[in-house]
Amino acid sequence: MAMSRDEVFQKVQEVLIDALGVDDDEVTAEATLMGDLGAESIDFLDIVFRLEKAFGIKIQREELFPAESLLNNSEFVSNGKLTEKGLSELRDKMSHTDLTEFESDPDINKLGDLFTVDVIVNYLESKLNPAQ
Amino acid sequence: MRWIWIDKFVEFHSGQSAVAVKNVTLAEEHLHDHFPGFPVMPEALMIEAMAQTAGILVGEANRFKEKVILAKIKKAVFFDYVKPGDTIKLNAKIDSIAPEAASTSGRITCEDKLIAEIDLIFSHIDQNLAGKEFPEENFVFTDTFKSLLRDVVFSDDKQNSEAK
Repeated sequence: MAMSRDEVFQKVQEVLIDALGVDDDEVTAEATLMGDLGAESIDFLDIVFRLEKAFGIKIQREELFPAESLLNNSEFVSNGKLTEKGLSELRDKMSHTDLTEFESDPDINKLGDLFTVDVIVNYLESKLNPAQ
Repeated sequence: MRWIWIDKFVEFHSGQSAVAVKNVTLAEEHLHDHFPGFPVMPEALMIEAMAQTAGILVGEANRFKEKVILAKIKKAVFFDYVKPGDTIKLNAKIDSIAPEAASTSGRITCEDKLIAEIDLIFSHIDQNLAGKEFPEENFVFTDTFKSLLRDVVFSDDKQNSEAK
């Protein structure tokens, strides 16, 4: 059964409130998980486990939060920035995210800002309602 | 040497759940100060006891190959005191397990009275922390831990001993 975007957002909001101990008015669509909501790396695992339970699906952490695996590869990172190859890999893995702004300055420290509440909702929508 | 804070396992269902017990005694010196004239088990040490119970359960699920480290306390709620002379029961259950981590939920009881609810997340550190390297040997699960499992026989051990 297809879920509306609002329903998905609401469930994601509940998950983030529990996992990160934040208030509901902080969990806006644009909020970044690390910057605005204070998530640390282990929280990403907690969030994945909770989303799996809430939506009854299997989620690969790599698929939802692909940044970590890119950072370990010297082909993809040079001088603290993602290389052309790294960027194309990221585009590939984060097809549900708008990367235009990041591409103009692909500083790896800004990778965290890519993970917004909206990105999670986008990912879950594509997972729950695959294109016909 | 590793610090062991539970006494033994009394139930063990590989990859699913386990029950351990701990006897609390006034011979534990910290109880003399916590608090003078009113000795009660510190709540932080109840979390430690649950972390050891659930941590061994998670470690055994991968045959102790992963280095399992407590990474997050999702929930810790305490309902009653634990006093010297009490035997507490630690019930741990694996809710989710993935290659890089596991999530557990747990209850501490004393004579069927609920003492605490403690939910934890463990990290398999070799699969995490973005490429940092750790020693080859498994410093988390040393032989000292094995004595805790003396009363719970794993099904394949049973088969092995029956085959002999």
